[in-house]
Amino acid sequence: MTASTTAAHTAERAETADAIAAGPGTVASGQPGSSGLPRHLLSAADLSRDAAVEVLDTAERLDQAIAGREVRKLPTLRGRTVVNLFYEDSTRTRISFELAAKRLSADVINFSAKGSSVSKGESLKDTALTLQAMGADAVVCRHSASGAPHRLAGWVSGSVVNAGDGTHEHPTQALLDAFTLRRHLAGGAHGAGLDGRRVVIVGDVLHSRVARSNVLLLATLGASVTLVAPPTLLPVGVEAWPCEVSYDLNAALAGVDAVMMLRVQRERMDGAFFPTVREYTRGYGLDLRRRGLIASDGIVMHPGPMNRGVEIAPAVADGDGSVITEQVANGVTVRMAVLYLLLSGSDLSGERGGAV
Amino acid sequence: MSERAVTEIPGAAGGRGDAVSVLIRGCAPYGEGRADLLLAGGSIVAIGADAAGHPAARGAEVMDADGLVALPGLVDLHTHLREPGGEDAETVASGSAAAALGGYTAVFAMPNTEPTADTAGVVEQVFRLGRQVGLVDVHPIGAVTVGRRGTQLAELAAMATSAAAVRVFSDDGDCVSDPLLMRRALEYVKAFDGVIAQHAQEPRLTSGAQMHEGAVSARLGLAGWPAVAEEAIVARDCLLADHVGSRLHVCHLSTAGSAELVAAAKARGTAVTAEVTPHHLLLSDECATSYDPVFKVNPPLRTDADVAELRAALADGTIDIVATDHAPHARQDKECEWAAARPGMLGLQTALSVVVSAMLGTGLLDWRGVARVMSENPARIGGLAGHGRPIAAGEPANLVLVDPQARWTVRSAELASLSRNTPFEGRELPARVVATFLRGRPTVRDSSVVYPDVAIEVGVTV
Repeated sequence: MTASTTAAHTAERAETADAIAAGPGTVASGQPGSSGLPRHLLSAADLSRDAAVEVLDTAERLDQAIAGREVRKLPTLRGRTVVNLFYEDSTRTRISFELAAKRLSADVINFSAKGSSVSKGESLKDTALTLQAMGADAVVCRHSASGAPHRLAGWVSGSVVNAGDGTHEHPTQALLDAFTLRRHLAGGAHGAGLDGRRVVIVGDVLHSRVARSNVLLLATLGASVTLVAPPTLLPVGVEAWPCEVSYDLNAALAGVDAVMMLRVQRERMDGAFFPTVREYTRGYGLDLRRRGLIASDGIVMHPGPMNRGVEIAPAVADGDGSVITEQVANGVTVRMAVLYLLLSGSDLSGERGGAV
Repeated sequence: MSERAVTEIPGAAGGRGDAVSVLIRGCAPYGEGRADLLLAGGSIVAIGADAAGHPAARGAEVMDADGLVALPGLVDLHTHLREPGGEDAETVASGSAAAALGGYTAVFAMPNTEPTADTAGVVEQVFRLGRQVGLVDVHPIGAVTVGRRGTQLAELAAMATSAAAVRVFSDDGDCVSDPLLMRRALEYVKAFDGVIAQHAQEPRLTSGAQMHEGAVSARLGLAGWPAVAEEAIVARDCLLADHVGSRLHVCHLSTAGSAELVAAAKARGTAVTAEVTPHHLLLSDECATSYDPVFKVNPPLRTDADVAELRAALADGTIDIVATDHAPHARQDKECEWAAARPGMLGLQTALSVVVSAMLGTGLLDWRGVARVMSENPARIGGLAGHGRPIAAGEPANLVLVDPQARWTVRSAELASLSRNTPFEGRELPARVVATFLRGRPTVRDSSVVYPDVAIEVGVTV
């Protein structure tokens, strides 16, 4: 790298930082966590209201910063290594994180480790030590075992981002959902939460990491959340969650600002959680009639992939107020914000180290 | 520190130390008063003022036990020694050392080994290994069913009449869930005064279960192990034991509801006994929040309310004994994801201290109570004549001396077990075992193991 490009790079970095900086919670410190985020993002419960709002605000700024560019890329994380450690097939989540990291100019390595120590592969710990030795600055972990990213965080020095662990959490999904909700319900205003907004989440809550993270994050942001599911798909202990619970979808939908449909997993259909798919759809599927029950400017969400005709009718998925594809686009933006806030605070080169 | 105990002691054999005589000065039997104890020929030959002047006291080793509480040697009805087959986690030798350091003079070894202890041959092998090590009496528990598979009764009478004289049978780790098979097992062991020790876990209700089902499991997204899965089996088995007039022992009872069921069964005269583990007396399901599988155990840690009820049930006699469910696991089986980890915790070296913390510190039991639930009752349930006896002249000299004032910090690396999966790592606990005597011979002195005949102290300390 020549002197001139280095200077240009540095200037560009400063510019990016300016574009993204300025906002509440700005701390002039190069230490990890200076962003107000914890070192790892393992659970939506790790985020205070300020930290959550800062992620959403940062995502808005990044979106604007990148929108005016010919090359849709910021140099912010150049030289940083992000490892996507995926123990489960999830093309969409992996691609979303990959794109987010690449748009921030990080080096991205995809480590697909299908199966886990359960199926006699290399143990999670040995994989962690390997990544540690290779100097990963962030590890984005998807795993079929709840808590696997927590364990990983104890074995690597970089930041760990939970990209979905078992039936536990999926915090970046909740952040992208909150981002989408805020854009539609609060005009995407900086500093805003979701106060007073009513959101209904419908489906297999028992096994859903999306539901767990959303309940925690949306409550943190001031929304009131109602979970709707057949009783067999609600966990014992759900009454301790910061939300309401209902078995009656029609009643729950009346006048709400948003409805989020959860995917019904194939294996649950045969697991005696409900008698037949038909009966499930009758009770808990979102068809056009039910769609008409929510507020006139309300939105329809789904984390994907959808079972069209099971939990959501195609006419609803593709109809007015459906923000499902927008969620996907927002996923990249929000994950950029998360990686940015987690990694830009711990500047290794000493090049930056100033305010974010 | 702590080089591991050697596994083979040439020439070592249980009972060889019978010639030793020891004069214990100024101990407090059951924490009451002060007395000298003279141990000789494997028995307590004199107690109190007679001891020092007794002819056998001449030439005896004198041990200053001022301020130490003397209890009958502890008896653990529920230990996993892992040998044969799991020697990377524990051996009869290392487990015996841990037991002696924990104040035990007898342990019952669970049969979930490889091969399963479901024949006379395997139980005799374990029994002999115990005798060779000579630190505690090792009594094998026989499997109820062949391979613990729950389909066909193992040769229970052959194990009962073997050299190991098995009286306790269990498929521990798995439940004898088939009600007809359980009924037959309960009936069959009446012929030799056996007892079925049931691991109460309804398998269908606990498929894939990872931790107690409740608010914490809901939050952590770990599959729930509901209390009812234990209680349904406890209730059923009490009724079966009633019906066939046999003895039932409930292993590691873990819920308030199970304690209620056992209390009701006892009130109507059922021959049921129950145990609780030290960890269920001290830890709750909140421990799982760390996702550290050192807290993964089966049955799982329950709620604080359950902990309180279990303590009360132990105090009022509903629960008869404390048993460790000492379950060593190799490191790779705990340094992994929660769901991939094997369930179980070390217990032998921490049990007494945990009981002191949970029961004495709270005033729920006194030292006599500790002797009852950790020595006398387990010896009675397991059919051991020589253990759990009163501290009195003429009784077998199986004893433990405890410093009730001491406090110590648990360090897994310093425990005698080959494994490190203690849930109490770094925790400060009260009371420390200073010395243990097996038939009059010290197996632990100054909190260090004393190997038979070799008379060298290996660097294993509490």
